Amino acid sequence: MNSVISSNAIRFIVLVLSQILVLSHINFLGYINPYIYILFILLFPVKNNRMVFLLLSFLLGITLDMFLDSGGMHAAACVTIAFIRPAVLKFCFGAAYEHQTIKFNQIEFGAKLTYLSILTVLHHLILFLLEVFNFSQIILVLQKTLFSSIFTIILSVLVTTIFRRKTK
Amino acid sequence: MQQIINFILRNKSFLLYILLFFISIVFTIQNHSYQKSKFVNSANFLSGGIYTKANNISQYFGLKEQNNLLQEENNQLKSALYNLEGKTKTSFLDSLSFTSIYNFTPAIVIKNNYTLSTNILLIDKGKRDSIKQDFGVITSKGILGIIDKTSTKYATVLSILNTKSKISAQLKRTNDFGTLKWNGKTPELVQLVDIPSKAKPIQGDTIITSGRSAIFPKGIPIGIVKDFKLDAAEDFYEINVALFNDMTTIEHVYVIENKDTKEINNLLNPADE
Repeated sequence: MNSVISSNAIRFIVLVLSQILVLSHINFLGYINPYIYILFILLFPVKNNRMVFLLLSFLLGITLDMFLDSGGMHAAACVTIAFIRPAVLKFCFGAAYEHQTIKFNQIEFGAKLTYLSILTVLHHLILFLLEVFNFSQIILVLQKTLFSSIFTIILSVLVTTIFRRKTK
Repeated sequence: MQQIINFILRNKSFLLYILLFFISIVFTIQNHSYQKSKFVNSANFLSGGIYTKANNISQYFGLKEQNNLLQEENNQLKSALYNLEGKTKTSFLDSLSFTSIYNFTPAIVIKNNYTLSTNILLIDKGKRDSIKQDFGVITSKGILGIIDKTSTKYATVLSILNTKSKISAQLKRTNDFGTLKWNGKTPELVQLVDIPSKAKPIQGDTIITSGRSAIFPKGIPIGIVKDFKLDAAEDFYEINVALFNDMTTIEHVYVIENKDTKEINNLLNPADE
């Protein structure tokens, strides 16, 4: 149990630091940045206390907001995907989720990709809607969402593959 | 009563979600409205400290470029100084009587943003160096923004690349003034609106600050006219201004304090006292 807490705490700190110091300064083609800090929410243990999970997601988002001076956009996007995650898990993994036996390093690639993509796109959509904050520029929002999502999903898949724990 | 408690217990995660989402939305709206009190900003001990550490390292990569910029500016100042010497000596014999209105404080940018629609920079000077809200920030080449929030050691700067920022600016040649805004698209171009149609701007005209607010002195360079068009009613020009500053590589900045701000504001808004 302790190892779960410590590994998640370390993941929290590493993801936040890498996001604010490196990934938010990439500005690929002018404005495309990956936001892979949401891996913390995506890879959070499935068996959890829902209230604690929501509060932790809020804390993650508000930390990012503090560093990036973005008000509460990251926090809003984070709590939303944290709230909606059980439904997405059910949709992507079906029976395995019902029996609470998902191991993120054992699931097949297709299901993992769907799961990552749905939550990433949702997160980015809320984030950019709140960032632009103007419905007349909805095209810009969708454009940013699309390109950043592709970047984030590719990086997330790479990171989860590279840092996978060895399965015997 | 029992039923209400049961309802809350049953839906507690949904209610918590609504609460947290609501808090975030409030923060976001505050962030989008001009200079409201914000609870969450990067001018604090934790983020300021981490950004300083990171900047200490990344600073080295731009040393050569920054040195050239500083030398260029030194050169400019030297020539201005030597040309001035002969003129002033006769009129200001007593140096004590010559008090300056503007106070300059050098600072270093430790966090720079230019991709969002609300860009905010962080500098390494704060209340301890008597920097307060609404001080202007410039670089050696042109204006940068206005101080927004301050903490003991750090301050945030509302960049001109921010859809919220509005700065009074004018055409150097004709003295027609308007408002400088940003449409959120590219970091090289800002928009000067409300220039009266009689002004007849020319491509390549210099845009400077107008000195009509108490924040910036008159005559700080901003950029040059890139292109312009009349608005729908054909009363005002909308001018695209190419900035002198490269907003992506900003390091050394100066904070301007106007010592007469209080006096000017008291005159303009006597009710605010």
